[in-house]
Amino acid sequence: MSIFACQNLTKRYGKLTALDNIDLELESGRIVGLLGPNGSGKTTLIKLANRLLQPTSGSILIDGKAPGVESKKNIAYLPDKEYLPDWMNTRQLMHFYGDFYEDFDPQRATVMLASLDIPSDMVLKKMSKGTKEKVQLILTMSRRAKVYLLDEPIAGVDPAARDYILRTIIQNYEENSLVLISTHLIADVESVLDEAVFLKQGHIVLHKPADEIRTETGKSVDEYFREVFRC
Amino acid sequence: MEWEFKSGAPIYQQIVLAVKFRIANGTYPPGSKFPAVRELALEAGVNPNTMQRALAELEREGLLMTVRTSGRLVTGNEERLRMLRMELGNSFIGDMFVNLRRLGLSDEEIVEAVRSWRQEAADRGKSLPDEIDGQAGTPASVKEGQNI
Repeated sequence: MSIFACQNLTKRYGKLTALDNIDLELESGRIVGLLGPNGSGKTTLIKLANRLLQPTSGSILIDGKAPGVESKKNIAYLPDKEYLPDWMNTRQLMHFYGDFYEDFDPQRATVMLASLDIPSDMVLKKMSKGTKEKVQLILTMSRRAKVYLLDEPIAGVDPAARDYILRTIIQNYEENSLVLISTHLIADVESVLDEAVFLKQGHIVLHKPADEIRTETGKSVDEYFREVFRC
Repeated sequence: MEWEFKSGAPIYQQIVLAVKFRIANGTYPPGSKFPAVRELALEAGVNPNTMQRALAELEREGLLMTVRTSGRLVTGNEERLRMLRMELGNSFIGDMFVNLRRLGLSDEEIVEAVRSWRQEAADRGKSLPDEIDGQAGTPASVKEGQNI
């Protein structure tokens, strides 16, 4: 059974259909790119997987379970917005995370946070955008989860921070877990992807191994994406 | 040495080729211990599965081998290394023929031109440059992934 499985999954907001009857199966041990322009349904799908939204119809199962308290024990989620209490410093954030998640590995987080050279009394609010993103990602990747759902982990940070973030993902994900990265910045993530899922106006228009796309089209995933989504 | 990936060709194939050049030019010396998958994936900025696939291919081709106690080693087989250098060299020669034919030279003229170029260089006592550019001399055809 796939670790991440959607069947006939539909989500409507009033008259707007954000996800239209999608089927998607993702396996453990892969890094998958959830790729689509703004408004294609990426965040909706990730929120459904975290039970921050309820499906209009159809089902979504993570490791065989419907999203809820149990499934969240296995899912490390990085939201696309700042979500942590911004008055905390990194030490307090680590306690906070450790209280919430049994699979949080404080040693791993300590080593990575130390490499950022953040003053120990600096609170999240005072950090630069790039540093905030790094701290949030470090906390997420310090969990030994079965599924990592990363919603726009590299949006709005400089290229050096982007490299840092991608390397942190490669270095820390559990080998038998699934990593789902949503982004519209394809060129930056394509070398780390096993598979690409193209989402267009609530439909999955492509789901393939990244190297297969490159072989079949003679293009990079980024170039092919631009072709599929040309306005 | 930097890892650079071009569009089009699969990344694992580009890694295979890059590692072949590094084995041929001694960056990874014969018989030496080869870096771990995750370490090398991190260095290249690629997915560990992709790196694994590339290294498996290099094992199949007899350039790397897994030894139970000491991980992965670069082959120490001199004959295999000589074949590797020939294989990589042939792709440069192939490119040269393609380019010079485009200029309208016949194959005989190309061979003659190579001979006289070498002779002139020897006469002037010039030494050949080690590297043409920073690219570790990947021939154009392999860069574009046509010749793999």
